[in-house]
Amino acid sequence: MPKGKIKITEEFCKGCQLCIQFCKQGCIEISSDRYNPNGFLLPDFVNEDDCIACGICAWMCPECTIDVYKYIEE
Amino acid sequence: MSERLLVSGNNAVARGAIQADCKYFFGYPITPQSEIPEYMSKELPKIGGVFVQSESESGSIYMVYGGGLAGARIMTSTSSPGFSLMAEGISYLAEQEIPAVIVNVMRMGPGIGTGGQGGQTDYLQVTKGCGHGGYKNIVLAPSSCQEIFDQMQLAFYLADKYRGPVLVVTDFILGEMEEIINIKTHEFGSLPPKEWALTGKDKRGGERAIHVAAFFSYLGILNYHMKQIEKYKNIQETEVRYDTYLTDDCDMLLVAYGSSARIARGAVDMGRAKGYKLGLLRPITLWPFPSDALVQHAKKAGKVLVIEDSQGQLVEDVKAYLDSDIPVHLLGMWGRHNAGGGGIIHPERIIEEVEKING
Amino acid sequence: MDNNLAKMKKVAGKPKIRVASLGMYCPGCHYGIISRVICEVIEELGVEGKAIGLAGVGCSFGGAPMTIDIDWTSCPHGRAPAMATAIKRIHPDATVLTVQGDGDLGAIGLGCFMNALLRGEKLTTIFLNNAVYGTTGGQMAPTTLLGMKTTTTPVGRTIETNGYPLHLPEIAATMKGVAYAARCTVHTPANFKKAKKSLKKAIQKQIDGIGYGIVEFVSACPPGWKLDPLQCLDYISEKMLDEYPLGEFKNVDKIE
Repeated sequence: MPKGKIKITEEFCKGCQLCIQFCKQGCIEISSDRYNPNGFLLPDFVNEDDCIACGICAWMCPECTIDVYKYIEE
Repeated sequence: MSERLLVSGNNAVARGAIQADCKYFFGYPITPQSEIPEYMSKELPKIGGVFVQSESESGSIYMVYGGGLAGARIMTSTSSPGFSLMAEGISYLAEQEIPAVIVNVMRMGPGIGTGGQGGQTDYLQVTKGCGHGGYKNIVLAPSSCQEIFDQMQLAFYLADKYRGPVLVVTDFILGEMEEIINIKTHEFGSLPPKEWALTGKDKRGGERAIHVAAFFSYLGILNYHMKQIEKYKNIQETEVRYDTYLTDDCDMLLVAYGSSARIARGAVDMGRAKGYKLGLLRPITLWPFPSDALVQHAKKAGKVLVIEDSQGQLVEDVKAYLDSDIPVHLLGMWGRHNAGGGGIIHPERIIEEVEKING
Repeated sequence: MDNNLAKMKKVAGKPKIRVASLGMYCPGCHYGIISRVICEVIEELGVEGKAIGLAGVGCSFGGAPMTIDIDWTSCPHGRAPAMATAIKRIHPDATVLTVQGDGDLGAIGLGCFMNALLRGEKLTTIFLNNAVYGTTGGQMAPTTLLGMKTTTTPVGRTIETNGYPLHLPEIAATMKGVAYAARCTVHTPANFKKAKKSLKKAIQKQIDGIGYGIVEFVSACPPGWKLDPLQCLDYISEKMLDEYPLGEFKNVDKIE
């Protein structure tokens, strides 16, 4: 059951892959051929079910371009 | 009834600044102006001000830069070798358009010079922007303790009005001599509030102020320089100051500033008593230079004698403005009465030169 | 835009005072992460309206002022501590921070910095140590490691030619006017959290009027090191931290 979800503002991404490196759950992978208009190879949020909304990908993104959301319990 | 005090020129610098509501001084000792930081260190804490002795003149000018950015009236003072260290900082002040007053109590140069005695060897440096980039500073050259006191107040006003550094140049003689001055606050006009100053967003209703190299922050390269060219043109049209003495009917125009002008004025009186029709043009703003007045009086007189305690620096500007058919003579530092550090040009020596020129 | 986001709470994202923009930093530069540390600490301490930042020359220049929404000025090379001294003396209730790189603080600016420490100014300096001069193309810095190749040490830094690397927080810790001196990194999430704690302590020393605070961040410079962003993380763990140990070198609540 996914606990969270991320959203990457792709226009500011610089393809550094730090988010991929630090996601302990393996939710983020480098895409094979998705580039932004600046020419940077973009990451994909795959394995959505494993996201625990820890926020680490957001902290480590040098461009502050990742938002992390947690599902609200009802 | 205003207060009258016997003060030295250096003391008049400090008193003039405090009279202009300057409460912050960042400086470093150097002969012959150490009395200025010493006085400031004593007096500023009494009026809620701050005195910081910096680690060097580089430290001083960058403290002045920070203080100016913070929106306060701030100043520093130094002598020629220290002034060279400040040149980079003054270039930054000019670029960022930060008001500041910098006093250069000139001493003989270049290098360490005589270690602190008389000379007027910084004319070219102070009038040609003194640092990299081709900017101009307003340069005031008082020639009495009263003028020093008054022009310090004017300097703060001009710095705020035009948003940039203003230099006040005196020298060893002016700095150490003592004269009676009238203590008076001069009003020069209203000034806009410093909304650009760094104070923290709270004091500006939440909007931030950024000062990141003028070119990047707001104007772009060309627009920035066009604005500066316009500003300098405006200053040249509005802020020229000079004094004349017996120039209406003179047939030799003496040109001198600062301490040399005092001696030249004595020479005019001495010469007139002997029947020589001498007159004196004394630039008060070395930049903007009183070129119109120079051309007008020099043409009328027919010949010019520049007197300065240097190798010949003011004379370059005088020659540049005059047609080649007006002879320009120079009595420089070789006119001193002895070859030592305490040498001084006497009025009698100027008369000798006049007689030589007249044949 | 995903409709599911409406049933969710945002737990991490751009700090409030981080200006959303394509930053001037190279991909993988830690400056962006350090900028987040600075933003979050300023927000948590509630000093956003009183903060005045001074950026040195180098990558600090274009980066910090453009990405953090507080008052900023850029400074001539090495002179930020002198400028900050004046600003703090004129606005004692402001929170005055300098952000400087290796050359700015450790080479040309060493004199200004040491004297500001001697005076015990109530300031905070954020020192970015990436062992090279990044902006100008990767030349040697005072913090370049022995044996490290840069564009001005093509065969590697040697003791004979260039002496030893500079350890600034350790030196600062010996000076009386310093209340806090520490070194940290942001190359792992755990270190990111420790770095925030350190910076918070350093700025609190200023707010409490105790003394100078300096926090050094050992950080990556992918173009300068000629490594990709992920290789830089290993270089920090394996090489940089050997020379530059992390930790607090001074932390006092009162200067006797």
